[in-house]
Amino acid sequence: MPLELYLDLFSQPCRSVYIFAKKNNIPFDFKKISLMEGDHYGEDFGKVNMMRKVPAMRDGEFCLAESVAMMIYMVEKFKTPDYWYPADLHKRARVNEYLSWQHMSIRMHGSKMFWVKVLIPKIMGREVPQEKRDAAIEDLDESLKWLEEKFLQDGPFIAGDHISLADLVAIVEVYQPVGAGVDVFEGRPKLSAWRDRVRQEIGPELFDEAHQGIMGAIEVVKTLDSSKMQAFRPRIQKMFF
Amino acid sequence: MATRKAVEVYLDLLSQPCRAVQIFLRSTTIPHTVKPVALRRGENKTSEFTKLNPMQKVPVMVDNGFVLTESDAILKYLATNYDVPDHWYPRHPERRAKVNEYTAWHQTNTRPHAAKVFILEVLMPRMTGQPAEPTRVQKALVELSGTLDKLEDMFLKRQPFLCGDDISLADLLAVCEIMQPLGGGRDILQDRPKLLSWKSRVQSALKDSFDEGHAVLYRLRDRSKAKL
Repeated sequence: MPLELYLDLFSQPCRSVYIFAKKNNIPFDFKKISLMEGDHYGEDFGKVNMMRKVPAMRDGEFCLAESVAMMIYMVEKFKTPDYWYPADLHKRARVNEYLSWQHMSIRMHGSKMFWVKVLIPKIMGREVPQEKRDAAIEDLDESLKWLEEKFLQDGPFIAGDHISLADLVAIVEVYQPVGAGVDVFEGRPKLSAWRDRVRQEIGPELFDEAHQGIMGAIEVVKTLDSSKMQAFRPRIQKMFF
Repeated sequence: MATRKAVEVYLDLLSQPCRAVQIFLRSTTIPHTVKPVALRRGENKTSEFTKLNPMQKVPVMVDNGFVLTESDAILKYLATNYDVPDHWYPRHPERRAKVNEYTAWHQTNTRPHAAKVFILEVLMPRMTGQPAEPTRVQKALVELSGTLDKLEDMFLKRQPFLCGDDISLADLLAVCEIMQPLGGGRDILQDRPKLLSWKSRVQSALKDSFDEGHAVLYRLRDRSKAKL
């Protein structure tokens, strides 16, 4: 029985898992979960991941959440090329360093932009207060600054000469604000050059396919029935108002 | 051939991830040198430290010229580079995956939610001279309570430790965060027998290194309690 991957490609960590599995020809069953339609509240999905988050994985009896854990598991199980998660301790530590840092920085601030610019106006029927919007942009800018100055530095990729899980996790997060209409690559030639290299390594077709959803998100959200999205309200209230 | 120096770690024991690193090193008896960095005295902002870590954060590890930040990465590096018992970071893919699953979830749940209570009750009043705002503290406690529920129901369940039968890096990282609000005199586990027994098991497994690592926090707790 092949691996089951429960994914919503609007979600950044789902994209990294999807790209990783496809790029490495890992056989899997794509189980589509639409967060906007509340699929994650279904009974069956609850059995795969009690926390009701995506991505989630089921390998026979073994269930796993958290994209980083899932990809490292797949690295081991499917013996993917070394550069994704190098056996060399120093290189691996660099990858782990990025994977740890990114949760509360680029991931958090990139996600926020999507809420601020796209989802909240739709669900709440009004904009997030200006100071909070400005603060969100400032936070994102800071994360991008660290990505360029500390993690990329002068290297082609985060952990050195080759692409790794770090670049994959980074690129999907960086694309989230892009999907929200914030062009993070403008005025950032280093970031743009890195993006081009990453897209080339992954393969432009696969990369573009994985990002098709988020790049068309603004249009999709326009068509949604906001009255069916009110379950998001408490979370929004807590985050922004 | 140059002799290998013992690994150096730059730590402030008031910082939860720093404690996890220190406790790990002492518990596994990995030879190391601690370079104290007092955050409250701005020692993370000196030009020397900034050269080492431009983000001005602790912990930082230096292993014979190799500089590493992020406690998660540091602990996994140490567990792999040195000969420590397998249970810390198991080699078996499914067991390792469970530890990785927790350490990822930890970053956006246990860590920020426990830290927030400490920040509101201890750090901010210290910085601003104003007492903690009760509504904000209440909100933070509710959020933390949700996280503790998840720790019990989704990780611990009926196991002795978060990821199985033995202590791992997951338990170490979690316990250090959970201890932090104690610095303000608040015991967040007081009505949670399941987590209290887990904490006892963790403490037993870590022996002296647990209390040694928490000495600074205990002193802060005693000062906070004296004020209350």
